[in-house]
Amino acid sequence: MLGYVIRRILFAIPIALGVSVVCFSLVYLAPGDPLQTVLPPDATAETIAIVKHAYGFDRPIPVQYAIWLWHVLHGDFGRSIASQRAVTLEVFGALSNTAMLVLFAAPISFLVGYGMGALAGCFPGRPTDRIVTGVAVIGVSLPNYWLGLVLVIIFAVELMVLPASGMGQSGSAAFTLWHWSDAKFLVLPVTTLAMIPIGIIARTTRAAVAEVRSQDFVTTLRAMGLGEGAVIRHVLKNASPQVLAVLGLQFGYLMGGSILVETVFTWPGSGFLLFKAIINRDIPVLQGSILALSLIFVATNLVVDLLQAVMDPRIRRA
Amino acid sequence: MNERAVVAQGAIPADSEIDGAPAIAVRGYWQSVLRRLRYDWVTIIFGLVVLAIVLAAIAAPLIAPFDPYQQSIVGRLKPFGWRGHPWGTDELGRDMMSRLIYGGRISLVMGLAPVLIATLVGGMLGVIGGFAGRVANTAIMRTMDVFYAFPSILLAVAISGAMGGGMINGIISLSLVFTPAMCRVAETATAQVKNLDYIEAARASGAGTLTIIRHHVLGNVLGPVFIYASSLVSVSILLASGLSFLGLGVQPPEPDWGLMLSTLRQSLYVNPLGCALPGIAIFITSICFNLVSDGVRGAMDVRG
Amino acid sequence: MSTAVEMLPYVDPRDRGGAAQPMLIARELQRHFRVKGAGKGAVVRAVDGVSFTLFKGETLGVVGESGCGKSTLARLLLHLVVPDSGELVFDGDAVGERGGVNVADLRRQVQMVFQDSYSSLNPRMPVQDSIAFGPMVNGRSKTEARRIAHEILVKVGLRPDLFGPRYPHELSGGQKQRVNIARALAVGPRMVILDEAVSALDKSVEAQVLNLLRQLKRTLNLTYLFISHDLNVVRYISDRVLVMYLGQVVELGPAAEVFARARHPYTRALLGSRLSMDAGRRIEAPPLVGDPPSPIDPPSGCRFRTRCPHAESVCEARMPTLGHWEDRSSHVAACHMTTPDSGHSLAGAA
Repeated sequence: MLGYVIRRILFAIPIALGVSVVCFSLVYLAPGDPLQTVLPPDATAETIAIVKHAYGFDRPIPVQYAIWLWHVLHGDFGRSIASQRAVTLEVFGALSNTAMLVLFAAPISFLVGYGMGALAGCFPGRPTDRIVTGVAVIGVSLPNYWLGLVLVIIFAVELMVLPASGMGQSGSAAFTLWHWSDAKFLVLPVTTLAMIPIGIIARTTRAAVAEVRSQDFVTTLRAMGLGEGAVIRHVLKNASPQVLAVLGLQFGYLMGGSILVETVFTWPGSGFLLFKAIINRDIPVLQGSILALSLIFVATNLVVDLLQAVMDPRIRRA
Repeated sequence: MNERAVVAQGAIPADSEIDGAPAIAVRGYWQSVLRRLRYDWVTIIFGLVVLAIVLAAIAAPLIAPFDPYQQSIVGRLKPFGWRGHPWGTDELGRDMMSRLIYGGRISLVMGLAPVLIATLVGGMLGVIGGFAGRVANTAIMRTMDVFYAFPSILLAVAISGAMGGGMINGIISLSLVFTPAMCRVAETATAQVKNLDYIEAARASGAGTLTIIRHHVLGNVLGPVFIYASSLVSVSILLASGLSFLGLGVQPPEPDWGLMLSTLRQSLYVNPLGCALPGIAIFITSICFNLVSDGVRGAMDVRG
Repeated sequence: MSTAVEMLPYVDPRDRGGAAQPMLIARELQRHFRVKGAGKGAVVRAVDGVSFTLFKGETLGVVGESGCGKSTLARLLLHLVVPDSGELVFDGDAVGERGGVNVADLRRQVQMVFQDSYSSLNPRMPVQDSIAFGPMVNGRSKTEARRIAHEILVKVGLRPDLFGPRYPHELSGGQKQRVNIARALAVGPRMVILDEAVSALDKSVEAQVLNLLRQLKRTLNLTYLFISHDLNVVRYISDRVLVMYLGQVVELGPAAEVFARARHPYTRALLGSRLSMDAGRRIEAPPLVGDPPSPIDPPSGCRFRTRCPHAESVCEARMPTLGHWEDRSSHVAACHMTTPDSGHSLAGAA
């Protein structure tokens, strides 16, 4: 087991480095002089010279990458062109707001999606299965930001029971969960975000459960005289590694995929920060938030793989 | 076993299998897939809807009631049926129905082009990676792993965000998003086929690697790749409209569904129903492609 | 059964060495595979110093338990797996060496029929195309290759108009194996390696295919290397028999002699483990107990000694040699008991 953990962690390091290379090269994908993209347009000649030297823009690209990586490892992502604040501060502030959304949305969607999928997988071909499958297809085909707009139309425009956007009067700093005046701002974004992975989770769970159910050992359990409830418990337990894999993946997607939902609700999270960075062509912020979000994704995958190995001894040996 | 009887019959040995051979119609693989699809009415109906959307997009100039770019200062955000505009007008007084019909063109291109590019590039890399030795395989697959480490929407936003908006940049970034997954599918299929005896038999007949890939590998990789590609079309449409919604895809004044959603959002309180229309268009197109893809997958998975 | 020489109705123009020159001579063939996760430098000794001669027109049966290296040996002979060391002489020419026969030429003259009749045919190709593939690769036109395929289908007893356009999943196991044989023959080989070619078939179909093989050998003037774990089948089809154990040859000789007077204790055990139809000859105790030792770390000396009832200290100390294996009639075994003054107490008795 320990060997597997070490191998899996060692495997994640080159991936993380590769991710950083992609993020680094974003500066070069942007049209125009890379130096211009990381500096505000009104930067003085002196600032330009300082940045040029500090980030090695006059050096070969591999050296530039090394310098950039060195800065990043020390928590320095540069300065935002738009706000002039350190990118690190902006990204971490935004990440905590995104995390708040995800921490509410993830359990909801996991429970609903898993429940639907398990139900459908236990009764394949029955009406329950048909309904769940239908709902799941609708779920994966819906543009979630549009769903957000529809919810806004219904609950904010027509019924006027929930706020349409933002985080409320107190803003990010003084947001208090246990005051309805603040918490009500969470309802619509969380609901919209939770809808994204339900379809995929339900589909995967259904497929995993149905597959396990068709295996011989299930017949053996029944032959041994086990009740249907106990059989289902065995089936669900055996399907859990696959389900766990998709849950982990979806958790990562929720963090990364929140960009559209946060934009719809102008929720000041990392996705909205990304959106603002795109509008302002604020490449340092773009780089920083993408790197942070994808590293979270890599870390989630790592944790899920390790959890899977705990649950399924076959994986450890592979 | 009477050996003398065998020899006496000359070139054709006695074989009950010849006489007992049922006179079944011989079908190719794709023929049998089509035959199975014929009885799948869900897939057929949604396939027809897809066909209708495609035809409407192609024939947009013929069926659109108005010029999709024609603005009107007096006719802004008008309701359904206003002065012959069946679905009303948008925030610049342009005809909604015409813009939605023309929008299908862009959405279909954005849905199909990246998938096509990713299928070609990723499929090729995957076949090479699956068939080549360990070094080439590691180089290709580990590079793909890096791109796999991004959530898809994030990678698309990152690349489009850095390169700037526009349709071409959108297609490039979405192609990059889909290529690694496509490559994995092709690599897995190739690796499975690679060790089968008939590949070895082909090598024993003196065939070179390229000949073997062309005759024996591609045909077997095509199935899984096609299934996967068909499931990506709806994802691609959704992602592309998402990019447009963020201002990273198609630029104004082009009539793109995602972009329309983004601009109509400002007038949410004035004309909520009109604001919902482009979303419905995206949803219908995406769900139809999804269901057709599911049907095709079901028809292809069965081994006859 | 007629001897090989009598079966030659005409002289093949490709026959360079003449009837006396063996079709194939293998000398000390060796192939080890590296294994992952079994310690550094661990290798599977799949084929470890195998030598034998295959004469023109004969059928040499190769028997042994699964995992003894039979299939690797087959692939080595076709250079589908490249040997680590050893020498391969095809009709007087060294394979893959300067001045000898190159691998491409070798593969035109030696073909192989595989065991698994499912994975050995491309599921997405009509069988006539699978058969025509070989001739096409070797420069025939499409129509010509198709014509050859149809001719061969007739030869293996399948009606071309009925079976040619079918896909593998539309054929029975026996039909598929006939197609596999046709595919191998389409290139016009002089020698065919049959790797467990009938093992997956029902007994009745197996007999049909075996008879087909015998008959094809006669009409097409073929030489067979017939690999099987089924001793009855090997006895039925082979002129000579080679017994393998853990990557090595333990016994080699004319089929009738090996089956009547096996010299190696392993061969005797194999023969003893056959199912008998005769109730009076039923055996109570299994002649072979346990699994063969791991080919990663084989026993020292004689590799069979861990399962041999006659094992003595000399068996652990020295590896027995096969002796003079080059002749058609020689019956040799790699066992200390068959060599006088080897130090074994039963030496010379067997």
